Amino acid sequence: MQSLDLQAESLRDLNARLHAQSEKTNERDWEILNPKGSHALAVGLDAPIDVIVRGSTGYYTAGMNKQATVVVAGNAGPGVAENMMSGTVMIEGDASQYAGATGRGGTLVIKGNAASRCGISMKGIDIIVHGNIGHMSAFMGQSGNLVVCGDAGDSLGDSLYEARLFVRGSVKSLGADCVEKEMRREHIELLRDLLVRGECDADPSEFKRYGSARKLYNFNVDNASAY
Amino acid sequence: MNDQSPKIPQTLPRQSATFTNEINSEIRRAAATGIYDIRGGGAKRRVPHFDDLLFLGASISRYPLEGYREKCTTTVTLGTRFAKKPIELDIPVTIAGMSFGALSGPAKEALGRGATLAGTSTTTGDGGMTEEERGHSKTLVYQVLPSRYGMNPDDLRRADAIEVVIGQGAKPGGGGMLLGQKITDRVAEMRTLPKGIDQRSSCRHPDWTGPDDLEIKILELREITGWEKPIYVKIGGTRPYYDTTLAVKAGADVVVLDGMQGGTAATQDVFIEHVGLPTLACIRPAVQALQDMGLHREVQLVISGGIRTGADVAKAMALGADAVAIGTAAMVAIGDNDPRWEAEYQKLGTTAGAYDDWHEGRDPAGITTQDPDLSARLDPVAAGRRLRNYLTVLTLEAQTIARACGHNSLHNLEPEDLCALTMEAAAMARVPLAGTTWIPGQGGL
Repeated sequence: MQSLDLQAESLRDLNARLHAQSEKTNERDWEILNPKGSHALAVGLDAPIDVIVRGSTGYYTAGMNKQATVVVAGNAGPGVAENMMSGTVMIEGDASQYAGATGRGGTLVIKGNAASRCGISMKGIDIIVHGNIGHMSAFMGQSGNLVVCGDAGDSLGDSLYEARLFVRGSVKSLGADCVEKEMRREHIELLRDLLVRGECDADPSEFKRYGSARKLYNFNVDNASAY
Repeated sequence: MNDQSPKIPQTLPRQSATFTNEINSEIRRAAATGIYDIRGGGAKRRVPHFDDLLFLGASISRYPLEGYREKCTTTVTLGTRFAKKPIELDIPVTIAGMSFGALSGPAKEALGRGATLAGTSTTTGDGGMTEEERGHSKTLVYQVLPSRYGMNPDDLRRADAIEVVIGQGAKPGGGGMLLGQKITDRVAEMRTLPKGIDQRSSCRHPDWTGPDDLEIKILELREITGWEKPIYVKIGGTRPYYDTTLAVKAGADVVVLDGMQGGTAATQDVFIEHVGLPTLACIRPAVQALQDMGLHREVQLVISGGIRTGADVAKAMALGADAVAIGTAAMVAIGDNDPRWEAEYQKLGTTAGAYDDWHEGRDPAGITTQDPDLSARLDPVAAGRRLRNYLTVLTLEAQTIARACGHNSLHNLEPEDLCALTMEAAAMARVPLAGTTWIPGQGGL
């Protein structure tokens, strides 16, 4: 395993080492020591490498990730895995605001809780949260799946497009145009796969599904109070 | 009263200056539909502008340069503060961000072609990067917008510069809008949206909220791109002194400042006409902010919003801009609102020069549309040449003025070269009223 110690080298050098790895690299295992809440750690990766961050991180950890698997053995700051394209990001602890924001692909697993706006503007990413999520999560979610094994805060799925939301616990309130939907067989199968990928042993049948009522897709003066 | 009675003189029918025909027509339209008026373009109202300034020219106290014989340089470098690979442009007139979706593919290609022929940059918009514009743009600026439609790290890396868009002059504080008529299969796929919906982008970025966060966002973008690309921050003109200061504090290499005459693809007319500052009022406070930080010229300032002529270019630069950006003028250059389509504009209930229902996607000129038949009307090669010609004229005109003022570079133009025709313009541009030494309001921000 290659070790990168932020006490000994700069963020720039660290990210440059990771960026230098190609599709065919044989240096596939990396660990980052002493992250101490640093921002922009392991961002823009584009190689099939495994990176474990031993400690908690600041903003935008694994931002725009492609292919790589990044594990944070601690908590992650705001915007973890923002705009992720592919690969896997796993947070052993809690995640701050905007986890998985605008993510277009890949899998984000948060083993603790996620704060507000988890999955905001998500565009294809799959997010599995073992704990609870905060308010305004999946705001304007366009595509992808958000799985919450705990509870969801206020205004879940406000102004939702086509993202699918699965919540096992309570939902404090639903946002504009977000409604509970029937959990059909295909959704149970989809959820089962997501839970396996998220290393979560919850029973898919315990979840409820939420999605867009699609009433705000085109402006209608009769819905003006919802805007 | 009989026929012999003297006729009582009638007063002429008097139209209200408050309830004008135009206002009344909008009241009737609102009453009929229950929805605000949406349109494209920038502010159409009269506001103090570059037309209210004049150059003084050289005579005895200043020494002019030969118009046809002595050099007047036009090159500009953007991104000298932190970027490893700053952008070198032959002319200080760039093409502003306009999205594929708002504009047709051929229109984006034409903008890329014209900008490349003229030695300048063009910019993506709220819809991601298309192959048409990347392929035909030697220098392409990639916008990072609140919606993040189509955002991906590969496009970040193949861009020549990155522009974090906080706002734009037509609608500072508002997000993008693209109505269902223009959300075709291709546009929908690029934006990960269902076809045919009304797309209303968020007005704030999804993963940061204030200037301290912005600093970290810029750090992330730099780390992803190896600190190579210049990072621009684009702001709508509202509080230019403080917004410029905060953008620079957050780490911007370039500040792009867009006044209220700057266009948009679509938003509420009330937003366009009633929110924001005229471009003229934006420049000096922004320059002062840069000067107060000791970073004027080290952080470059790009001004946009109502630039039409080489005189406008020269005036913006004399007030302290390093470059300007054009959007509406570039669209006109490639064929927007051309009288050749008058018969079709009439069918749409408008006339050439006034057509601004860009959101409806029925543009006879094939520019603000996704209709394949209409789009096919625009020849991107010919339109690119027209844009190149226009950019050349802007540059030649600005050089003509600079030489007459005694400058061997457009960047040597200075406020002392200018005077103002009105008190408002004098106060905003912070140059003397013509024939006086009086600058109204000097001392404030």
